[in-house]
Amino acid sequence: MEPIIEITNVHKYFGNVHALQGVSLTVQKGEVVVIVGPSGSGKSTLLRCINRLEEYDEGKIVVDGIPLDSAQNINAVRREVGMVFQSFNLFPHISVMNNLILAQKVVRGKTHEEAAETARGLLKKVGIPEKVDAYPGQLSGGQQQRVAIARALAMNPKIMLFDEPTSALDPEMIKEVLDVMLALAHEGMTMVVVSHEMGFARNAANRAILMDGGVIVEEATPDILFTNPSHQRTKDFLSKVLH
Amino acid sequence: MADYESSRSDAPNDALKQIPGAEPASRIDAMWWLVLGVIVLVVFLIVVFPDPYFNLVKFVTDGIVITVTVTVGSFIFVLFAGLVGGLGRLAKNKIINTIATLYVELIRGIPLLVQLIWWYFAFPVVIQGIGRALKIDALVSYQANPIAMAIIGLVFCYGAYMSEIYRAGIQSIPKGQMEAARSLGMTYFQAMRYVILPQAIRVILPPVGNEFIALLKDSSLVSVVAVTDLTRRSREYMSTHFNPIEVWTMAALLYLIMTLLSARVVNHIERKTKFER
Repeated sequence: MEPIIEITNVHKYFGNVHALQGVSLTVQKGEVVVIVGPSGSGKSTLLRCINRLEEYDEGKIVVDGIPLDSAQNINAVRREVGMVFQSFNLFPHISVMNNLILAQKVVRGKTHEEAAETARGLLKKVGIPEKVDAYPGQLSGGQQQRVAIARALAMNPKIMLFDEPTSALDPEMIKEVLDVMLALAHEGMTMVVVSHEMGFARNAANRAILMDGGVIVEEATPDILFTNPSHQRTKDFLSKVLH
Repeated sequence: MADYESSRSDAPNDALKQIPGAEPASRIDAMWWLVLGVIVLVVFLIVVFPDPYFNLVKFVTDGIVITVTVTVGSFIFVLFAGLVGGLGRLAKNKIINTIATLYVELIRGIPLLVQLIWWYFAFPVVIQGIGRALKIDALVSYQANPIAMAIIGLVFCYGAYMSEIYRAGIQSIPKGQMEAARSLGMTYFQAMRYVILPQAIRVILPPVGNEFIALLKDSSLVSVVAVTDLTRRSREYMSTHFNPIEVWTMAALLYLIMTLLSARVVNHIERKTKFER
């Protein structure tokens, strides 16, 4: 076991709101961690702290041996950490292919041919090779999210962060995205996933975490957390989510 | 930037073709007829009444060239000054932000004519004064070039307005775009260059086009500071021929041709760069 993300006593304030109240979490290499919790519990904020899209006020985060403390280090960490957003955030003014190769060329300095080859391979992997020349606005939500996953994977990241990747999708499109994520988990990708998809958590996650009020309330294997939690707060939350 | 963009099918326009009178072709035509109408009127006046109109247009031709030069020359710098000012207004750095805000607020509060006069009449005196104080002969004998001073004046003024347009355009792009770009490891400036600005430029194209046309019209103010543009040449012609109706009607028509044509060009670029969100 080799820790790849080490979060130590992280605090975050939004004005007067104490959003993260001393969160500590270690993620091992190849581990899949699912974070659940009510809205406002700080789960997305914690995820966004890992690649420093959110600045934290106290504590320490080390990713792949690199502490998130200087602008240089933050960029170095971001190169190794892929992120998938609830609202996809594809670049709407360029084609799917260009969405996938832009950062490869600009950040990794790859040639167009190298980048395009990686891109085509990843589009095949997420199941939409025929959309290579489409624009994001011409795709369904599920297709956009799969392109977004491919775009993050194109940077060959060591860690993938998912911020409620299926929350903005129509129900019938959720499965196509979860299937891609499941395949990724089985390949051994280190993943931190904020999601309420219990099925995904049970099938893929090594650990499930319940956050509430800016702290980690309980962590266990998904089976135990979802069926036999030890904290009352977890039971309350699950009774509202599972129906 | 063009590297990352390519042509694409135009589905909305295809749909519009189904509606009579709504197809893009006929929407363009209505405005092109206006441009054509003004041009025909000018040609008609020149051919049918060569005196004074042909003589007049011949006389002011060099003025038209100056007007176009000053306008286009200024505008290129305005686009750049606006970008710098706009990024400055958005900067988190307090010093940069304050400088940019001061620039915009101060310049917007001073009439353009006063600014142009200051650059032409006051600025050289300031330079000469500095030259005397530092004993640099080149500065003591400094003489302002009217066109250069006019362009500086216009760029300073319009750059302030353009800063606000850039700022609004950049702010109109959803925050997630910058986050996605940064999460892929791009620096702030790479994200701006490849992700934010290409989208923002499409948003701000209409107001930028308006600024160009406003600048073209406001360039007539430079006639006050010794630039022999269309307005000044028209006044010179009138002062020797005493025919204000003909001179100023023709000047108005010539400006109209330029502004209407510009509006068409802006409209064309706008349609070319549309994309679906």
